[in-house]
Amino acid sequence: MADVITYREAVAEGIAREMRRDPAVVCLGEDIGEAGGVFKTTAGLLKEFGPERVWDTPISEQAIVGAAMGAAMTGMRPVAEIMFSDFLACCWDYLANEIPKVRYMTGGQVTVPLVVRTANGGGLGFGAQHSQATENWALTVPGLKIAAPATPADVIGMMAAAIRSDDPVVFFEHKGLLATKGPPAPPDHVVELGRAAVVREGADVTLVALASMVPVALEAADVLAREGIDAEVVDLRCLVPLDMSTVLASLARTSRLVTVEENPYQGGWGATLVSVVADEGFGLLDAPLRRVAGECVPLPFADALEEQVIPTVGKVVATVRDLAAY
Amino acid sequence: MEPAELLAAYEQMAVIRRTEKAAHDLFLQGLVKGTTHLAAGHEAIAVGASAALRPDDYVFATYRGHHHAMARGATPEECLAELMSRATGLCRAKGGSMHLTKASTGMLGSYAIVGAHLPMAAGSAWSARLRGTDQIAVAFFGDGATNIGAFHEALNLAAVWKLPVLFVCENNLYMEYTPIADVTAVPRPAADRAPAYGVPGEVVDGNDVVAVQEVTARLAGRARAGDGPALLEAQTYRHFGHSRADPATYRPAEEVERWLRHDPLDLARERLAGMGVPEAVVGEADDRATAVVQKAVEAARTAPPPDPGQALTDVWADGGAAWRT
Repeated sequence: MADVITYREAVAEGIAREMRRDPAVVCLGEDIGEAGGVFKTTAGLLKEFGPERVWDTPISEQAIVGAAMGAAMTGMRPVAEIMFSDFLACCWDYLANEIPKVRYMTGGQVTVPLVVRTANGGGLGFGAQHSQATENWALTVPGLKIAAPATPADVIGMMAAAIRSDDPVVFFEHKGLLATKGPPAPPDHVVELGRAAVVREGADVTLVALASMVPVALEAADVLAREGIDAEVVDLRCLVPLDMSTVLASLARTSRLVTVEENPYQGGWGATLVSVVADEGFGLLDAPLRRVAGECVPLPFADALEEQVIPTVGKVVATVRDLAAY
Repeated sequence: MEPAELLAAYEQMAVIRRTEKAAHDLFLQGLVKGTTHLAAGHEAIAVGASAALRPDDYVFATYRGHHHAMARGATPEECLAELMSRATGLCRAKGGSMHLTKASTGMLGSYAIVGAHLPMAAGSAWSARLRGTDQIAVAFFGDGATNIGAFHEALNLAAVWKLPVLFVCENNLYMEYTPIADVTAVPRPAADRAPAYGVPGEVVDGNDVVAVQEVTARLAGRARAGDGPALLEAQTYRHFGHSRADPATYRPAEEVERWLRHDPLDLARERLAGMGVPEAVVGEADDRATAVVQKAVEAARTAPPPDPGQALTDVWADGGAAWRT
C-alpha cells in the first residue's frame, strides 16, 4: 500500500472497494467510463469492472438521477455522478421531490439506496456556474443524507458508508481538495455517516468546518496558536445526520463557537447549526456565535475576486480574535 | 382475448369506474381532502396493458393513477381509504390520491411532478437487465408530459441503452385545461416524437381494452426479447374534469358527447355480446363490481384515522426520521 493517497484517487478507490464486495453496485454518469471522469475520480473503474457496471450517460441529469432512483427501488445500489454540483439544479426535482419523499409518501413501501456523487466547491476559477458549494441546497430537504469528506481516508470510509446505506446520500467531493494527500485508509474502512471528528483539540474556541474549510480552519488555528488562542477544530463530515452531540460537547469545553462555511451566509448550513446551539447550548456560551461564510454574491472568476467571496484563513483568524475579547 | 379474459377485464374496468365515481362523490361530500384526478374514461388503458404484463413487471404512473393502482392489484378499499385519510389506506394515509403505490405487486408509484417517473421506469428496466431478469417496466403518463424535459431524456437514454421499457401516453386531448394541440408542435404528441429517438411509435384506441392488450403484448414481447423500448399513444378522454370538482366547461359539448358514446365499458360490452356472452352474465359482473365498491366505501368510511405518531416515521430505511444527534 502506498504511503499516501490523493483525495482524487480515494474517490475511485472508495467506489472500487464497494464494487468488489457487492455486485449490486453500479456507476452511471457523464464521461465516467473510458474518460475516467472529468476530474479522474472514476479512473480505472471501467477497466476493472467492465461496461455492465460502469455506464457512460448522455448529458441528461434528470435521466441519470431518475434512472438511478428506479434502479435503487428495484434491487440495485447505483452510484450516480453529477459532474459539477451546480448541475444538481438540472435534476433538482429528483433531489427535492422524488428521492427523499418516495419512501415516506408510500408509507414505507420502498427504499432508495443510492448515492449521488458530485464535484463541489470553488477556489479554482471556474466562475459562477461551476464553483458553488451547494451542500446547503440539499440541507433544505428532509430525507437526504449529506456527506462532504475533507481527507482521502474519510472519502474512502464515508463512500463505503454511503454506498452501504439503505438511504439516499448526496456525496460532495470538493474540487479544491482533489490533489491533496493523506494516509491511505485501512482495509474495510467505514466511517459511519453522522459522526463528526475533532481534528484538533483546543480550549478557547470551537471552529466547526466542512470539506475544504477544514484545512482553512486548521491553518487559522495554527495562526491563532501563535497569538496564544487555543482553537479546537471539528470536521463536521456530514450535514445529515448532523452531529450536534460532538459540536455541543466541544462547545462545553471552549465556550465559544465559529462556523467556517464555504456556502453563502444566506441560507448556509451554519445557520441551522447555530440555531440548535442557541437553543440547546446557550448556557455554554461566553461569546456571541459567529459565522464565517461565503459572501452573498455569485462566485466571480478572477482569483483576486474569488478570494474576497470564499472564506480565507485571514477572515477566520480575524473573527476569532474578535471573540477572544469576550 | 378469450371471452373469459375479456369478461374479467370488463369487470375490472367496472370496478374502477365505480371507484372513481365514489371518489368523486366522497370529494363533494368533503370526505376526501386535497385533490383527486379521476381516471374514469381511461380504464381500458390500465386494464388492457396490465392484461399483457407479467406479475413481476414494474409499473409507474402519474397523479391520475387510481386505475393503474387497481389494475395492478390495489383494492378499491385500500385506494378509497387512502383518499379518505384512513390508517388502512394503501400508503397508510401518507400519500393521498396522487401517490397510490403498491410495491408488493410491482406498482412502484404514482408521481405528481409531470414526467418525473419516466426516467425512473427506465432505471427499473435497466435494473432488470443488470440483474439478468426479463422483467419489463411501463411508464404511463399524460399528453402534457410529452413537452417536459424528463420525457425526452428518458426516451433517449432508454433508446441508447436499449432498455426493456414501454412508454405509454394516455392522450386525453387536454393538458389540464388547455387543448394539447394548442401547445404542441406535432399532431400526435407522443407517437410523432418516437422517430426522434429511433423507437417504434404507435397509436391505439385507448378506449378499446382488447386493442390496448394486443398492442401492449406485442411491444412488451419485443422489449422482453431485448429489442428495446417503444412509445405507445393511447387516445382516450376524461369523463370528469382535470381535478377536484372541475366541470371541464372548456371542452366543446359535441366533443364530450362523441367521446362519451365511445365509452370503454360500452365497447367491451359490445365485444362481449359479439362473442356470444349473454347479457345476464355481463350484468352479474356489473352487480359484483357495484357490491365490491359499495363495501369498499363503507369499510373506508368506518376505518380509523392514522396514529398521529406516524407523521414522524418512514423518512429513513430504519423507519425513523432523525436528522441529527
